[in-house]
Amino acid sequence: MGLLSLADQDQLRDAFAELPRPVRLLFFTQTFGCDTCPQTRQILDELPLLSDKVRIDEVNLVLDQDTARQYGIDRAPAIAVVGSDVSGEMYDSRIRFLGAPSGYAFVSLVQAILLVGGRESLLTNESRRLIAAVDAPMTMNVFTTPT
Amino acid sequence: MAFANPHITATAVEATEFPDLARKYRVTGVPKTVVNEEVEILGALPQEAFVVQAIAQFTNGDQRSTQEGARDKEKEPSN
Repeated sequence: MGLLSLADQDQLRDAFAELPRPVRLLFFTQTFGCDTCPQTRQILDELPLLSDKVRIDEVNLVLDQDTARQYGIDRAPAIAVVGSDVSGEMYDSRIRFLGAPSGYAFVSLVQAILLVGGRESLLTNESRRLIAAVDAPMTMNVFTTPT
Repeated sequence: MAFANPHITATAVEATEFPDLARKYRVTGVPKTVVNEEVEILGALPQEAFVVQAIAQFTNGDQRSTQEGARDKEKEPSN
């Protein structure tokens, strides 16, 4: 593994070890015109090595348009975080990453995996109360840059 | 937030890889959050302040804490 330090690997391994449920990362790619797809693949490939609860499924935007449409993805590289409920049914967490998840986005990706895999949410009760009031589709785009 | 409410989809966008999106949403500094293509939040806020700012425009009236709500009820004149 090239990208994560040994200390980071150990830390992640420990964090993922306590994941109650498996998490699937749908990695949307395209063969041409995606400069950061190889880098994204490299980053994502490190994760299943640290936990058998994390797997990566590659989806080609051009070849698998149904899946792309299902997840509302029209650019690459993109990642959709998919969880499993207690009966093993897959469900979309509606958490997405556009672009190679480096720097702060990688931290967010790890947090998303922990959340969707069943670790405790970081939301306060008040936050939850406020969020529950949203009853129409809402999109949130958070722009970051690689640190 | 996306995980907590099925109506919400949250996307982290790497601005340098998608300059057209950065331009479209006038991203000049990060982090920048855009909610429903309208509400913009610059920088990182404490969690609850962030949630309030993100959703205030899209949910009806009662964004006050339950404490404030109770206090206001006491002030209402009884007819």
